[in-house]
Amino acid sequence: MSRAATAPDELLRLDGVAMHYGKGETSVTALAGIDLTVSRGELVAVMGASGSGKSTLLTIAGGLTRPTSGEVIVEGQWLSDMSPARIAMLRRRSLGFVFQDFNLVPVLTAIENVTLPLELDGWKRGKARRAALDALDSVELADRADRFPDDLSGGQQQRVAIARAIVGSRRLILADEPTGALDSTTGEVVLRMLRGRVDAGAGGILVTHDARHAAWADRIVFLRDGRIVDESTADRAESLLTGRHTV
Amino acid sequence: MSVRQSLLAILDQGPCYGYQLRAEFDRRTGSSWPLNVGQIYSTLDRLERDGLVERTDGDTEGQIYYRITAAGHREVAEWLRSPVQRGVAAARDELAIKLAIAATLPGVDIAQVIQVQRAATLKSLQELTRAKNASGEPESPEELAWTLVADAMIFAAEAEARWLDHSEARLARASAAGLAAALPLSTETPKRGRPAKKARGAAGPAKARAVTAATVEAASVVTAHGEGVSR
Repeated sequence: MSRAATAPDELLRLDGVAMHYGKGETSVTALAGIDLTVSRGELVAVMGASGSGKSTLLTIAGGLTRPTSGEVIVEGQWLSDMSPARIAMLRRRSLGFVFQDFNLVPVLTAIENVTLPLELDGWKRGKARRAALDALDSVELADRADRFPDDLSGGQQQRVAIARAIVGSRRLILADEPTGALDSTTGEVVLRMLRGRVDAGAGGILVTHDARHAAWADRIVFLRDGRIVDESTADRAESLLTGRHTV
Repeated sequence: MSVRQSLLAILDQGPCYGYQLRAEFDRRTGSSWPLNVGQIYSTLDRLERDGLVERTDGDTEGQIYYRITAAGHREVAEWLRSPVQRGVAAARDELAIKLAIAATLPGVDIAQVIQVQRAATLKSLQELTRAKNASGEPESPEELAWTLVADAMIFAAEAEARWLDHSEARLARASAAGLAAALPLSTETPKRGRPAKKARGAAGPAKARAVTAATVEAASVVTAHGEGVSR
């Protein structure tokens, strides 16, 4: 099948992605034709009520679930062309996941958690460790590298998870309610880090039901019944708030 | 009302002249609520009339200072001790009323009305968040003041977004239960005077009750917009 080239800055594209569970009369539509792109330097928030398809969208974007129809293209590679093993490799190399409950391995230190995906991918230990330290440094946790998750606060654990999501050459961050288990102020610190990584050249999808957190994104898409019904883009030129450093 | 009391609270720190008072108000509110000097003087006139401040003789440069009186000092203490009562102003929130009315009109896609508002609210929230993020952590009392006002606007916008989500779910439930029907114009002749209270609790159209409930909830969550920071 011929494949049109994707734009160089494009990290992810969903083309007409649909997902139906079951067949015939009992079939349930989770997603009904989603078109969405995420480019470098762009954070896209996905909002919608429970059951609107937010999480399904994320698992499909991350190659964890194959859509019923439509195409998922990650860094120019069509997932529909790939075997499960190659998709797994792509996931390790290109994608980083951040979940509500952090999903750190409790018996590994912070740096070992961050190193893990690189070692699974065959990186040499020293090189993987250096990359992991860089990633931890970018979330201001280099000095906690040898702590176990239990010795870290919730906010710090989530920052380790972000470091793990961006370690090595990974540039696409898929975050599912990353601040759901954190208090308001800590959640803001985590979002500031996420935003910082995106501003430094990564791209990401942030699934959230929290408007204040979605507001950190460049674009917010609204899902209802598996469709994108609307989109909100911040107007950089306009500011409701003057004073201090007028932006 | 809060301009009057804010100026009085500043004067409680020492006598000021008009422009000075404006500058003090400005730096203590993160420049989020620009006042013109005319407003300052008209407020000072009213404070003077009410015996809360008094004018001093001009200094050597002819500058007129305003000084707080004992009654003014008591008023400041009372203001700081009391909650801000948004009261009926919040219940008359423009958005809540729009939604309540829209829900009674035939042929109006209420979900779309909500979505249009949600997108606008989220856009404001994005802009506020961007402004706050660009400023980083506050490093001076003035920056802290600005951040407090920015946070207030962010939380108010968030509350509005949550109320919209909630209203959407409520209306969907009402619709599923067959309660969401448009209200036709009533053929009853309205009584003169204020509407009777019983109209809300009586066995009238169930839709009206649902909308009234939504309006009351709006009154409790939609805040700050009436209080100047959104100017």
